Amino acid sequence: MGGLQKKKFERGSATNYITRNRARKKLQLSLPDFRRLCILKGIYPHEPKHKKKVNKGSTAPRTFYLLKDIRFLLHEPIVGKFREYKIFVRKLKKAYGKTEWSAVERLRENKPTYKLDHIIKERYPTFIDALRDIDDALCMCFLFSTFARTGKCHVQTIQLCRRLTVEWMNYVIASRSLRKVFLSIKGIYYQAEVMGQLITWVVPYQFSHDHPVDVDYRVMATFTELYTTLLGFVSFRLYSSLNLVYPPKLDSNGESEPKEESEDDYAMNSESYLEKLSALSASLARVVSSADEEEAQLDQFPSEGEDMEKMEAREKELKQQEAQKKLFEGLKFYLNREVPRESLAFVIRCFGGQVSWDKSVCIGSTYDVTDETITHQIIDRPSVGKQYINRYYIQPQWLYDCVNAKILLPVEDYFLGVTLPPHLSPFVEEKEGDYVPPEKLKMMALQRGEKPGNEQEEDEEEEEEEGEQEEEEEQEEDDNGDEEDDEEEVAEEKNLKKMEEQRSQGKSLHVKVTPGKLKVENKARLEQEEKAEEKRLAIMMMKKKEKYLYDKIMFGKKRKVREANKLAAKRKAHDDSEKAKKKKARK
Amino acid sequence: MKKAGGKTALKRSKEEDEEQNQIFNFNRKPADEDKDDDLSDSEDSVYSGLEDSGSDSEEEEGSDDNDDKMKEKKEGEVSEEKKKHEYEHDSSDEEDIRNTVGNIPMEWYKDFPHIGYNLDGKKIYKPIRNKDELDDFLDKMENPEYWRTVHDKQTGSDIVLSDDQVELVNRLQRGQFGDVNFNEYEPMVEFFSSDVMIHPVTNRPADKRSFIPSLTEKEKVSKLVHAIKMGWIKPRRVEDDGRGRYYNLWASEDSSILARHKMHLPAPKIPLPGHHESYNPPPEYLFTDEERALWEQQDPADRKLPFVPRKYSSLRQVPAFSQFIHERFERCLDLYLCPRQRKMRVNVNPEDLIPQLPKPKDLQPFPTTRSLVYRGHSGLVRSISVSPSGQWLASGSDDGSVRFWEVCSSRCMKTVQVGGAVKSVAWNPNPSVCLLAVALDSVVLILSPSLADKQVILSSERLLSAQQEGEEPAEGNGSVVWSEAEGEELNQGLRLKIQHPKAVHQVVWHAKGDYLASVMPDNTSHLQVYIHQLSRRRSQNPFSRNKGLVQCISFHPIRPYFFVATQRSIRIYNLVKQEMTKKLQTNSKWISSMAVHPGGDHVICGSYDCKLSWFDLDLSTKPYKMLRHHKKAVRGVAYHRLYPLFASASDDGSVIVCHGTVYNDLLQNPLIVPVKVLRGHVMTHDLGVLDVTFHPTQPWVFSSGADSTICLFT
Repeated sequence: MGGLQKKKFERGSATNYITRNRARKKLQLSLPDFRRLCILKGIYPHEPKHKKKVNKGSTAPRTFYLLKDIRFLLHEPIVGKFREYKIFVRKLKKAYGKTEWSAVERLRENKPTYKLDHIIKERYPTFIDALRDIDDALCMCFLFSTFARTGKCHVQTIQLCRRLTVEWMNYVIASRSLRKVFLSIKGIYYQAEVMGQLITWVVPYQFSHDHPVDVDYRVMATFTELYTTLLGFVSFRLYSSLNLVYPPKLDSNGESEPKEESEDDYAMNSESYLEKLSALSASLARVVSSADEEEAQLDQFPSEGEDMEKMEAREKELKQQEAQKKLFEGLKFYLNREVPRESLAFVIRCFGGQVSWDKSVCIGSTYDVTDETITHQIIDRPSVGKQYINRYYIQPQWLYDCVNAKILLPVEDYFLGVTLPPHLSPFVEEKEGDYVPPEKLKMMALQRGEKPGNEQEEDEEEEEEEGEQEEEEEQEEDDNGDEEDDEEEVAEEKNLKKMEEQRSQGKSLHVKVTPGKLKVENKARLEQEEKAEEKRLAIMMMKKKEKYLYDKIMFGKKRKVREANKLAAKRKAHDDSEKAKKKKARK
Repeated sequence: MKKAGGKTALKRSKEEDEEQNQIFNFNRKPADEDKDDDLSDSEDSVYSGLEDSGSDSEEEEGSDDNDDKMKEKKEGEVSEEKKKHEYEHDSSDEEDIRNTVGNIPMEWYKDFPHIGYNLDGKKIYKPIRNKDELDDFLDKMENPEYWRTVHDKQTGSDIVLSDDQVELVNRLQRGQFGDVNFNEYEPMVEFFSSDVMIHPVTNRPADKRSFIPSLTEKEKVSKLVHAIKMGWIKPRRVEDDGRGRYYNLWASEDSSILARHKMHLPAPKIPLPGHHESYNPPPEYLFTDEERALWEQQDPADRKLPFVPRKYSSLRQVPAFSQFIHERFERCLDLYLCPRQRKMRVNVNPEDLIPQLPKPKDLQPFPTTRSLVYRGHSGLVRSISVSPSGQWLASGSDDGSVRFWEVCSSRCMKTVQVGGAVKSVAWNPNPSVCLLAVALDSVVLILSPSLADKQVILSSERLLSAQQEGEEPAEGNGSVVWSEAEGEELNQGLRLKIQHPKAVHQVVWHAKGDYLASVMPDNTSHLQVYIHQLSRRRSQNPFSRNKGLVQCISFHPIRPYFFVATQRSIRIYNLVKQEMTKKLQTNSKWISSMAVHPGGDHVICGSYDCKLSWFDLDLSTKPYKMLRHHKKAVRGVAYHRLYPLFASASDDGSVIVCHGTVYNDLLQNPLIVPVKVLRGHVMTHDLGVLDVTFHPTQPWVFSSGADSTICLFT
């Protein structure tokens, strides 16, 4: 014999991971501090491949971190700050206990604070990285900015969040980068394209929150701490990229200046400044006061023939985008007091419209109701007292739908008291075989420039299409079924034959004039059958693993088809019942 | 009268008393206000009698003359006293107490003649006559002073207030100071004013210590200095508002990306909302009642949607979403608690997974359609066999008959009743003889169906008769008995009976046609297989040891090998060397059937667990390929003698014909392609196809089913 006995768990994966508790002890931090550190530094647990090996033979559920990550945390200056803070709290307690008020004061003055700048820089080495990860930051800041100042978190945090969100919205307006808006039951989703990154955030509706008790606000506050820092730096960079002054200042010589006389209604100039900013009605001051910065014409690079199509498509897209950016240009909106002002003002300004509201609603209104040049008045009540003849009174959904459709939709469907058409999510991109709601089809037709013709015809067409689709789908299903269970093959074959016959009959309706064609079709059918059988036989020869995967994929596909069919059926039933109701009403 | 006078005197004294009371009260008032104390408290102290000064002095005076006329005297004294020092006296809350009972309800003394005790402990008597209601009334009517008369409960006497006293009461009621001369609005004299005065405020000379440095201060300062030096005291921090001050963080974007960032997995974004989430979704996205009920029943983790789609007719009716904070919080938890892993999504086209096989069309010929059905049996057709010429088909059934069919016409040429369920039939592969081996119960019968040329019939008869002449049998194994058929049986074509000790399940011929082997499955003994030699009418048991339940056996078509399939494996014995050469592991639970490739290098084996395994004997003892084509137990397998085809029959009622090319080149693996699924049998008693066999020359396949038919697929 000879040599040392190898000990277990001293090499390999067991040494690459560390449990949470051990990590905490290694860093000499309390659990909340460790949690905070992980949040700030973006350290997350890892699931080892062989849990039992890593867990030294035990199967107890544990959270594992990579040892590398924890070593990386060891050198973090913030850890020192945490310890300082701990000491500070201890001293403060002591001073309180001894009622040494001067000491308390002195300690409070020297309360240790920390900055997160270096962490931001470290986590996001480039600006684009930061921009990519800003979705959550925006959502969180928008949520915190709606909190009441009731002690769930620091008032300063709330104010900072509000400031940052306002800055963000102002940037989006200035850069006109908003792309999609969606009114959901949770809140309003916005999607903007900033420097080529799609950024989505959700803003809750303006109500006070009933704060749930099972939510740890400390965790949320830690995240917010990080997010405000991140958002601030990103805002700074974005503002400077547009030559805007940061922190934002209102453009003093803008044409749409808020009325001065309303000034004295508000307390102080300094106090109302943020509010004026958040009114979103005025443009921002620029560092270099460029009169009208012309969009630099994109140079065209002549390329090879195969790329030409792509180029053209891209150009077209660009043009469309430009058109979308100027969607509301030249329109003058007036917001009634019952509509969500901030959201609407934001959307309208993002697309170049002018907007105003009653001056008692919010600071920063630019014109009155009586203005004759107003083209649209956004209103969300069943009726209105005095109506001006030269403007549309429309419901707010119109604006959002226009933004999503990228065209100005006909206003008739959105008049006062009219049942609104469904509001569709702009984030859904239907693939082949997915269910497309008929409203979306209609919208797509409008986008293509087709006039909305006789609706009934269209409906019928759609139905036909759907019917065909269904048939195909069913056929597919049948095929799959065959492959799966051989014992039912006979029955299914029959079924298939019947189906095929039916189909051939159905299809031959327009062919029937020429009797000679029947054979040809028969041949085709035979061929198809042959092919189907070939496929079935080939599937029989698949390896076990591949067969499993194949079955899974096919199952998923079938489920999708089933769901789409279900939706279509539901819609059809609904439409039928509606029609019946209408008929009854007519009678 | 005297009494009356006394009474009045007393009354007056009381009056004064009262007045004094008032004054004291008044004096007390500001103090009370200053202290802001509870009023009852002060009253307590008033009546507690523990006060000094006034009462004391009174006591002293009172103690001097302690006679009966105390009251009068006292009255006089008091009046004197009052005149003397009404305001000289310090204005503490005093009360001249004549009655020492304290602050009690005076009703307690209702029934006594006295009303309390004076300071000497003597009883104070009530006035002689109490006033009753009538007196009171009369008084009210007659006495002009009645309104200013006050009843003193403590002494039980009436007091008439003087004008001054009334005035005082009025003043107090108006909230004014009791003293008329007191000016409450005196001009304020500012002690410190903006004017610089010539004289100091105080005339005190300055202390010495104000000129010399203080030692204690020095000590303190030096302590602080020391502390600063040692770094114990830090200078007051400049209030740097780090938060909310931003700058261009990415001014110098160095491209040196840490290794960490390469490994970093950004958190996945939150999925974007679909039509379901709209405040005004299309009607098909709303829940029906059943869906809603289902949603409510489901565990929150199982729900497809975490919310119920709702429809609101206008934007102003949309309420706040109650789960908003929850959702954000969950997201936060996900961000810092969830292990992240790069998951490779299988993004394969399912069509790519299907293996590219040669088209069946290119692999023709193979049977494709059912062309003939042989009907006639009335029980399960267990076994079929085709004559080497390919003209005749023999079938054995559970109805106890063996039938001979003409293949091309499907005519039943001959029926032989053998009297028992036929387990197996096998046609002698030697084309020069025409014999059929039939296994039923524990007998193997040799039939001569005489369905051939005369010469062939003759030669077969000769073979049988030659054996007869040979010699006396029954050597070796006494358990097997060879016997000749006689009489009626002879007419039917029955020639020989080989009686076995146990039930025979299968019988197979050697390729030359002289030997045949039979199987008697029995787990307990080594007597499971017999090899019979027809020409010498000899039987022998080749195995001396039990290796498991024998399922089926087969001869190698060319070489002297013998295949024995037990329950889970196939053993290959060399008959010449009398040893086992190979043991094939089938990886299946229970072998049902086996067939050997005419080349002799490949074996297929079907099992009851739906598998068909192909063995390449040159390659390995493990199956080269496992085919799981059938849904139910595989009952029979067969190779074609000429074409590269093999077929398997299963309980699911199908016969699957596969193409199986075997290359002479050893490096090339056999190509196995399923080419056709043949269906033609009806499922009866959960049994489908029981046996399958190929035509010796044509690419045709026969199958016998549990529905008592035989099908020919061409």
